[in-house]
Amino acid sequence: MQIPVEGFMYPNEVELQWSVLIVLYPFITGLVAGAFILASLERVFRVEAVKPTYRLALLTALAFMLVAPLPLQLHLGHPERSLEMYLTPHRSSAMAMFGFVYLWYLMAVLLLEIWLDYRHDIVVLSQTERGWKRLVYRVLTLGSSNVSERALRIDERLGYFITLIGIPSAFLLHGYVGFIFGSVKANPWWSSPLMPIVFIFSAMVSGISAVMLLYMFSTRLRRREIDMRCVDTIARYLLYTFIIDFSLEMLDLIHRIYEADESFRSLDFMVHTRLWMSQVIVQILLGTVAPIALLGLTQFLRFSDLARKGIYVLAGCLTMIGIFAMRWNVVIGGQLFSKSFLGYTTYKMSFATREGLLTAIALMILPFVILWVLVKLLPPWPESASLPGSGAAPAHGAS
Amino acid sequence: MFKDIEHLIRLAVVIAIALVAFVILRAAVVPHSFGQYGHYRGAAIGEIASRPVAFAGHDTCEACHTDVVDQKKLGKHVVVACEACHGALAKHADDPGSVQPGKLDTAVVCARCHEANSAKPKGFPQVATADHAGGLACDTCHQPHRPKIETEGKK
Ligand code: HEC
Ligand code: HEC
Ligand code: HEC
Ligand code: HEC
Repeated sequence: MQIPVEGFMYPNEVELQWSVLIVLYPFITGLVAGAFILASLERVFRVEAVKPTYRLALLTALAFMLVAPLPLQLHLGHPERSLEMYLTPHRSSAMAMFGFVYLWYLMAVLLLEIWLDYRHDIVVLSQTERGWKRLVYRVLTLGSSNVSERALRIDERLGYFITLIGIPSAFLLHGYVGFIFGSVKANPWWSSPLMPIVFIFSAMVSGISAVMLLYMFSTRLRRREIDMRCVDTIARYLLYTFIIDFSLEMLDLIHRIYEADESFRSLDFMVHTRLWMSQVIVQILLGTVAPIALLGLTQFLRFSDLARKGIYVLAGCLTMIGIFAMRWNVVIGGQLFSKSFLGYTTYKMSFATREGLLTAIALMILPFVILWVLVKLLPPWPESASLPGSGAAPAHGAS
Repeated sequence: MFKDIEHLIRLAVVIAIALVAFVILRAAVVPHSFGQYGHYRGAAIGEIASRPVAFAGHDTCEACHTDVVDQKKLGKHVVVACEACHGALAKHADDPGSVQPGKLDTAVVCARCHEANSAKPKGFPQVATADHAGGLACDTCHQPHRPKIETEGKK
């Protein structure tokens, strides 16, 4: 297959090595970090309004976390060897160290926090459920069914502490992904110390809007009322983080334009040609300016509940598209130009191959399947969640 | 006292077991010579060194194929080693009677170096093989060992 090349490319630049799957990697990891940070809002900063989404956000983070390394595995020729980074860690490799950041976040933060938060429910379910489900819950209780008030209070305090550690960990997780790109000094499109920070804020943006959408859709599916105070608050936080995110990206842009180093003309040309659609139209106009304007409007004008819901869904969807486009433009855009700054290549996405579109779609569906299973196993809805000490009996609302 | 943190103690035990299992697994699967010299298996050096030599080297070929050497001396391919085109032939050099080198496909061999590419130095002779050869094998016109085509006649 001949790849259309314009101008001068070095031979090893013609074919893109990092495919659409590597676009998914920061996208999915970002959702994990963002969803978790939303959950910690409730826990650490005591934003009561977002409580209905607390558990859903944690489960969302877990579902996406489990899928996050898969695009990387599929990219490797020998995926099974990736486990060797735990056995013989190479400290000078940023990518190898990501394995530890990932493991820390999954094991020490997410799983632990979910377990502590759900322990009461798990114990109750292990006594009320039947069959194989009972067995699962029994294993999850670790053989201790102590849900005394004091035990739950200890859980609560420990959970708070873990969330405290979790916030910097979530920043680390996604900041690290930004670092992996930002530290590639050979690539002027990536190499920037702002990269980790931009990644963190865009992660928060995507995670918050994903949880907002999931909350709205799942509530709809369950035929319950959407808690408007909750979505209003989430939308407000989404707007704030989005403004910070956008400012950072513009800061990066202005910096580049004013600095105008030797790569500038080439990158500028690329943005005006190959990336025009995905960067300027989709990422900036549709995916950033439009949702910020929509969300901003709800702050200044009074809309009915129904109109606000519509605006939030629209803004949320645009946000997801915009953040995906941002990942795309970083990963794919960074490989379209030549290091000689004299030529441009093209990314041709394959379809039914290991790194093709079909795989990417499957990988994007998988977290939702996992989330569905998790939600069945550990219902996050408030009516089935009995708060510590409240003693409410668990209902089987979600089954 | 410990009754209310019993579940946490159980959790700690699970984590401890997992860690111990990891350490044992690691000790079992990481090769002993790993890290002896650097971030690789030290014993790998010996294993690689003990592998049979595949390339005989230019000088070895020249001892027998003097006619080719004489041809090669007259053209610019004098700088190209025999096995760069013919591939590893140590087995043939050891026992030329029983191991015969295979025929080369010039469309592949010559294009490997001479296919036009703007990243190659300007002075290096290069052609767009599809246009240049028109489907013919390169050695219908070029003598591989002395590739320049002289005007008064080839060979
Ligand atoms: C010990 C002497 C000897 C050495 C060393 C040797 N060859 Fe040969 N080579 C021969 C003989 C003998 C033949 C068979 C000639 C024949 O059958 O016409 C042969 C045949 C060949 C042929 C095939 C000729 C044809 O007509 O198909 C090639 C190609 C060749 N040698 C390349 C090499 C290369 C390259 C080397 C160096 C790695 C090498 N030889 C080293 C003796 C040697
Ligand atoms: C530029 C690539 C190239 C180099 C370098 C080269 N050969 Fe060849 N050689 C060929 C090709 C092509 C043929 C013809 C196709 C074939 O016989 O496989 C050939 C044929 C031969 C033959 C068969 C008879 C003949 O003379 O045509 C021998 C023997 C031979 N080469 C030996 C050598 C030896 C010895 C060297 C190193 C001194 C050498 N070659 C270097 C490409 C090369
Ligand atoms: C391993 C790389 C390599 C391979 C394979 C190779 N060549 Fe060359 N070729 C060279 C080099 C090096 C030169 C000399 C370039 C120079 O000095 O500028 C050269 C020069 C030439 C020239 C120009 C000669 C002149 O005097 O101007 C021709 C024609 C040529 N090769 C044809 C061929 C053909 C036909 C083949 C296939 C049988 C072939 N080459 C395979 C490396 C290779
Ligand atoms: C139809 C005959 C013919 C065929 C087949 C052929 N060439 Fe040539 N080639 C020539 C002639 C004639 C020249 C010009 C004379 C020269 O420079 O030796 C030439 C020149 C070259 C040059 C030197 C170009 C330069 O800028 O100095 C290279 C390299 C070359 N050929 C490579 C190949 C390769 C590789 C193939 C096989 C894919 C091939 N040729 C097939 C006829 C042929």
